[in-house]
Amino acid sequence: MTTFDPYAPSRDTTEGKVFSVTGGDWDSLVQEIGATKEERVVVNMGPQHPSTHGVLRLVLELEGETITEVRCGIGYLHTGIEKNIEFRNWTQGTTFVTRMDYLAPLHNETAYCLAVEKLLGITNDVPERATVIRVMMMELNRISSHMVALGTGALELGAMGPMFFAFRDRETVLEIFEMITGLRMNMAYVRPGGVSQDLPAGAYTKIREGVKLMRKNFKDNATLLIGNSIWMKRTQGIGYLDLAGCTTLGITGPVLRATGMPWDLRKVQPYCGYENYNFDVVTADTCDVYGRFLIRMNELEQSLRIVEQCVDKLEKLEGAPVMVADKKIAWPAQLALGGDGLGNSLDHIREIMGTSMESLIHHFKLVTEGFRVPAGQAYVAIESPRGELGASVVSDGGTRPYRVHFREPSFNNLQSVPAMSEGGMVADIVGAVASIDPVMGGVDR
Amino acid sequence: MTDGMFGTKGSGDTSGYGGLVPQVTMAGSSQRPFGSYFDDVTDDLERAYPEFSDAIERVVVDRGELTLHVKRERLVEVAFTLRDTLKFEMCMGVSGVHYPDQTGRELHAVYPLLSMSRNQRIRLEVSVPDGDAHIPSVVEVWGGNNWHERETFDMFGIVFDGHPGLTRILMPDDWNGHPQRKDYALGGISVEYKGATMPPPSDRRSYT
Repeated sequence: MTTFDPYAPSRDTTEGKVFSVTGGDWDSLVQEIGATKEERVVVNMGPQHPSTHGVLRLVLELEGETITEVRCGIGYLHTGIEKNIEFRNWTQGTTFVTRMDYLAPLHNETAYCLAVEKLLGITNDVPERATVIRVMMMELNRISSHMVALGTGALELGAMGPMFFAFRDRETVLEIFEMITGLRMNMAYVRPGGVSQDLPAGAYTKIREGVKLMRKNFKDNATLLIGNSIWMKRTQGIGYLDLAGCTTLGITGPVLRATGMPWDLRKVQPYCGYENYNFDVVTADTCDVYGRFLIRMNELEQSLRIVEQCVDKLEKLEGAPVMVADKKIAWPAQLALGGDGLGNSLDHIREIMGTSMESLIHHFKLVTEGFRVPAGQAYVAIESPRGELGASVVSDGGTRPYRVHFREPSFNNLQSVPAMSEGGMVADIVGAVASIDPVMGGVDR
Repeated sequence: MTDGMFGTKGSGDTSGYGGLVPQVTMAGSSQRPFGSYFDDVTDDLERAYPEFSDAIERVVVDRGELTLHVKRERLVEVAFTLRDTLKFEMCMGVSGVHYPDQTGRELHAVYPLLSMSRNQRIRLEVSVPDGDAHIPSVVEVWGGNNWHERETFDMFGIVFDGHPGLTRILMPDDWNGHPQRKDYALGGISVEYKGATMPPPSDRRSYT
């Protein structure tokens, strides 16, 4: 082969011949590789590849179509969040952590705030209404996150329809988020001491209607996929990882529950009052991609159940505070939600600008300087859609976090890709990675 | 850590006077009874690991969490005992913390452990001097710590001896320095907004 191939130019290196493939005519590539008489081919998949679930790079060593070795390359989305937090005050920290795992922002915020509250020693002072709102928002967030996992997972295996249904249903949740927080993602809604504002008028109706609609809509994806012979063949027995593998690798979440282990922190180590809700821990015993898919499907209904119970509780708690009473921690203004998003509280501006100098000073000190958190360290773990999300927070007694480290389930669980995929077919690694549901924002932070 | 715009250092005072120095102390060693399940865990460990008093420098119970400060040369032994005898099957990674003021123990590695059998959590903490930042790797005990140790090496420069492939994981391979150490500047440039200039976060007025 002497002619230059614009789609697959090749060059000789010390490791052997390297082909840069950019798409197009594969026949000439196959011909050229066949001419090299190499049995072993190393394929670089990603970081910009539609089926690697974000900017994940997989280096595959293949013999024919069988994977002999996989290595993950990560770090493409590293934004230095943990470093940046150390230069902002404790309240501003929520704005950073919400951007880590961008599909589960409310879980990040809640884990961080629970840790800060533990350091402050105000865990029991957080108003009940704020806690119930947190639980409701987290469960809605679990639905929207699982929807992306199911939709993109199916799309990556070649099924287009489930993606449309999943994103349609996710939209229902995002509309509720937008109504309550003003934003669809990265809300910084959960704050140390409570939540940034109370629910707006009409929220209960919207949530109840949303729950009803989603319960009806979820059946669409179930009928499309469960029992579908192509889907079953692409997922059953693929990406096998048993309980021993999970414990060794520290795997939690749906991957662990797919081994039959009913380990859900909401049940076994309840936080935010999860012990007061009726819901079931969903498990499967197949240890494969199909089991994880079924768990996510069935967890949707459990989350809807919790959301309904939250709305019932919230209606009884109408008018109760959503922020701790301690004015040294709670921000002075309860902001109002305007037509264009989160806006000012006019009453509060009238007070600090017109009547009370002391209020102005207090507001200024608390917002610019922030509150102090007693020195010490805390680790709080919650069940995010992907597994154990742990917030390690260290304070040196100042107004800024001394160190915040997130134990991200995506980061940890991605280590299981070699165990799930080596020895399998190259096409199945796509399903295995999708079943872990890694979110690269969380992996790289 | 940072110098504020007013140039005062190590003071919580923001008036510009800069003469007030607040005393910051982390929680000290705890005495028995520790409360909760912490006595059971330490008793079990003492029974299973006779060199307990030599390996564990101190036991801290703070905010409802148990921390065992372990000597680094004993870490792997303690880890194996905790995993095999006490059934702490999972290690939830390792997180580095840099305390430049603690001379001789500037770098800390913190390991949160989880036992699913006991439904309990504890924490191990190892501290090493900056000049000799070596800690034995626990990857042979808990395989899932592989990437976590790489991250801590990447961010703090702690070398985990015996790790199967200790390379950078989040930063590029040819990066200089370890970004999350306190002596590593955040960087950033000042930003102009409506005629006024906002300094980068690390140069703003510091209250701590």
